[in-house]
Amino acid sequence: MASETIVDPDFKVPAPERVGEEGKTWSHVIQNLVFTVDHKKLGLMYIGSGLLFFVVAGIMATLIRVQLFFPRSTFLDPDVFNRFFTMHGTAMVFLVGMPMIFGFANYLIPIMIGTRDMAYPRLNAFGFWVFFFSGLLLYFSYFGAPGLYNAGSAPDVGWFAYSPLTAKAFSRGHSTDYWTLSILLGGIGSLATSINILVTTFCLRCKGMTLGRMPLFVWLFVVVAFLVIIALPPLSACQIMLTLDRYLGAKFFDTQAGGDAVLWQHFFWIFGHPEVYILILPGFAIANEIIPVFSRKPIFGYPIMVAATVMIAFISLGVWAHHMFTVGMTSLGNTFFAISTMVIAVPTGIKIFNWLGTMWGGKLHFELPMIFCLAFLFQFLIAGLTGVMLSVVPFDWQLSDSYFVVAHFHYVLIGALLYTLFAGIYYWYPKAFGRMPNRKLGLWHFWLFTIGFHLTFFPQHISGFLGMPRRIFTYEAGRGWEIWNQLSTIGVIIQIPGILFFVFNLIYSYFKGEEAGDDPWDAWTLEWATTSPPPEYNFEKTPEVRSRRPLWDLKHPDDPDWKFE
Amino acid sequence: MTGVHAQGAGADLPTHMVADMFKPLSRPAEMIHETSLLVLVICAVIFVVVAGLLLYIVVRFRKKATDNTQEPPQIYGSTNIELAWTVIPILITVVLILVTSRTIGEVQNAKLPEDALQIRVVGHQWWWEVHYPQYGIITANEIHIPVSSKDPQKARPTELILQSADVIHSFWVPQLAGKTDLIPNRTNKMWVDPYTIGTYFGNCAEYCGTQHANMLLRVIVDTPENFEKWVANQKAPVPPPQTPQEIEGRRLYYANACVNCHTIGESVSKGIFGPDLTKLMTRQTIGAGVAPLNHENLLSWVRDPQILKVGCLMPNMQLLDNEVEAITAYLETLK
Ligand code: HEM
Ligand SMILES: [Cu+2]
Repeated sequence: MASETIVDPDFKVPAPERVGEEGKTWSHVIQNLVFTVDHKKLGLMYIGSGLLFFVVAGIMATLIRVQLFFPRSTFLDPDVFNRFFTMHGTAMVFLVGMPMIFGFANYLIPIMIGTRDMAYPRLNAFGFWVFFFSGLLLYFSYFGAPGLYNAGSAPDVGWFAYSPLTAKAFSRGHSTDYWTLSILLGGIGSLATSINILVTTFCLRCKGMTLGRMPLFVWLFVVVAFLVIIALPPLSACQIMLTLDRYLGAKFFDTQAGGDAVLWQHFFWIFGHPEVYILILPGFAIANEIIPVFSRKPIFGYPIMVAATVMIAFISLGVWAHHMFTVGMTSLGNTFFAISTMVIAVPTGIKIFNWLGTMWGGKLHFELPMIFCLAFLFQFLIAGLTGVMLSVVPFDWQLSDSYFVVAHFHYVLIGALLYTLFAGIYYWYPKAFGRMPNRKLGLWHFWLFTIGFHLTFFPQHISGFLGMPRRIFTYEAGRGWEIWNQLSTIGVIIQIPGILFFVFNLIYSYFKGEEAGDDPWDAWTLEWATTSPPPEYNFEKTPEVRSRRPLWDLKHPDDPDWKFE
Repeated sequence: MTGVHAQGAGADLPTHMVADMFKPLSRPAEMIHETSLLVLVICAVIFVVVAGLLLYIVVRFRKKATDNTQEPPQIYGSTNIELAWTVIPILITVVLILVTSRTIGEVQNAKLPEDALQIRVVGHQWWWEVHYPQYGIITANEIHIPVSSKDPQKARPTELILQSADVIHSFWVPQLAGKTDLIPNRTNKMWVDPYTIGTYFGNCAEYCGTQHANMLLRVIVDTPENFEKWVANQKAPVPPPQTPQEIEGRRLYYANACVNCHTIGESVSKGIFGPDLTKLMTRQTIGAGVAPLNHENLLSWVRDPQILKVGCLMPNMQLLDNEVEAITAYLETLK
């Protein structure tokens, strides 16, 4: 090349296009989404993609249920069925549960602690995109995984992928590798987000917000972030070990070469049990904000609620082998893990009683968020009690891996987590979009979904009692399971219109909803002090607080909280 | 109840097809049952109390149309109340822990008598291999045991030694006992002590691949006399094939790859990848319970196992129609 440069005397540097402002054309919208580092947009993107994956995984669940309507039904091939329940479970945990809770954390934590963004906005965007592509990677297995003749496409080893079923000898092709890589990738995103949450809450709280004045919502997410940071490394480690086994001749889990199948279970559940609490504590977090506001009383026993949460998190690190009561541990081992598991019931019980205590003597407003929270309390009570039954080792020898377990964890994950997520969505929707969600549509959603939910999952307790194992693609007639499976499938058919009402409500209210104003619920935490939707910088002037309920203090200067705390 | 087939040893016994864990007919299922009932009752009481409280609160403290806009009294907590509702759950937990650890010990550390029957069960993708080391018998999928007794003097419990040839499986016959996993490279043990004759149904309870759903279990509990008869028959030599078709079937069986995977008595057919066929016709089902063992199903299975049990690890042997019929005829002499 010649060394001279050509200079155009008329050339002007074009003014940089402002990214993420106009949002007029599609390409702007996309740019806006891809380049944003705003915690609120990322939060909504997390929730939106979580809902998207929820629909996909929900369709798979529906097809599973259709297959199980009749005994010996031939609607789905066994391999197709096995892929469905694996993808359903994996997606619901890693692509629905995790992003939904991180979405709420992202959107709300900075506003609740009166700051302008997360501590590391770019890391935040990175976390989202890593999660999003991990989801796409998982589903891409349907196209990319088939390798050998007769080898599965999508993963079909179950969401906890017990070895040695995942060994090369039993899982040919590449489906298991897609599963492994997707989870590894998603884990990176979750770690990034958790570190971000911790740094944000520890370093960016507004003036006056001591740890003891943080909304319980934020407190619970601090605990969740710690749990993620502790629990994810074992998961990532065992995924890497599995890949080493499959491709580099390692023998960690390869039983045919002297490896240990149970080792995988330890690794997996050391992650897996805390993961359950990682998913449910955010549900509690949401309930902690909603129940007081609609009871018109402060949360009962704030310090105890924090202590109980920390206790739950701590104990949850020592209970993992309650998923393994049938692997043949010694009676001592079984007893130890039974005790640690049962002990969790104590702080959990305290939480339930504190919620009841919050409502006691209050004035209950049955707005949509509160209705979902009340259903949550009822359903979580059932889930907790079936959990206690499962912790009774001898009972678990019968119930483990039966449909009873399926019922139990759906009461946790849907009955508790998903219900609080619905509550949270209805509660903060006016904040995020400036318009109220439609109450009538919301009630249709609530009743259809609740009836459908109980009809789907309650009978599964009974089929479990009658000896029906989980993850079976078919069953023979005459085992006493038909009616319970049929009720269960009908329940799903009722849940579906419920979800449609929900989705429709989100769209409809965006355009037609009533104007919300800044503080439609007459609430007390800082997010209600700014406009709806909040500006990019959240607060013009960063606020200063003197108590746990800064807006209460503002509204009741004669009777402020800070006098009593 | 259905499930009674004209064929197979023990086919005339009452069947317990609905494997209801609340109708145990054996120890340790019965011991588990007692503990479970207690736990159920405790949980039911807690449920009624707490759900009742919730309902009461919802009704009593709902905002009434006549309410003014005044806020209710703001209560922040109460140490005494917190203490009360911490102590009660702790007490309940202690009770549960005591009950649980006692039953764990009773079941797991039970001393079995010297003469307990021993059965080694090896899980395979998607069938069960069954050994009787004390009798030198090998069979598959259907487990025969003698009925025991509630009277400890006369009881003869059965010990199950559980292993796996490939992935993890789990042995679960709810009316006899809780489940225990079969794990490669490990040996697990469990025991049953049934006191009612009959055929008990169960399943593999750990997801183990494509046909996990059709890895069914049958435990045939019969009188000690009938059990001994069954044992004698299992040990007796198989009568040689008689008709030309049966003889041709035998030739075809030995000429094909069948011998690589299956065992038939003291012959060159010594494969161990698939179920032992020595006394095939004394079983009630094929394919680990996927279908009753009768002429039609056997024909279909020999023609192409993938019809009855798609994905199973026995390949289609690409036989001609007359070969299928001949081999089936030969197999039907194995009793
Ligand atoms: C529309 C609502 C849902 C329906 C109808 C549904 C139904 C089912 C069914 C039928 C199974 C298979 C059970 C088996 O074959 O043993 C299953 C498994 C599972 N579900 Fe759901 N489900 C729903 C929502 C959820 C949600 C919201 C979550 C979690 C956030 C979830 C988590 C799981 C998990 C972890 C499994 C176990 C997967 C496995 O066995 O590998 N489900 N569900
Ligand atoms: Cu199995």
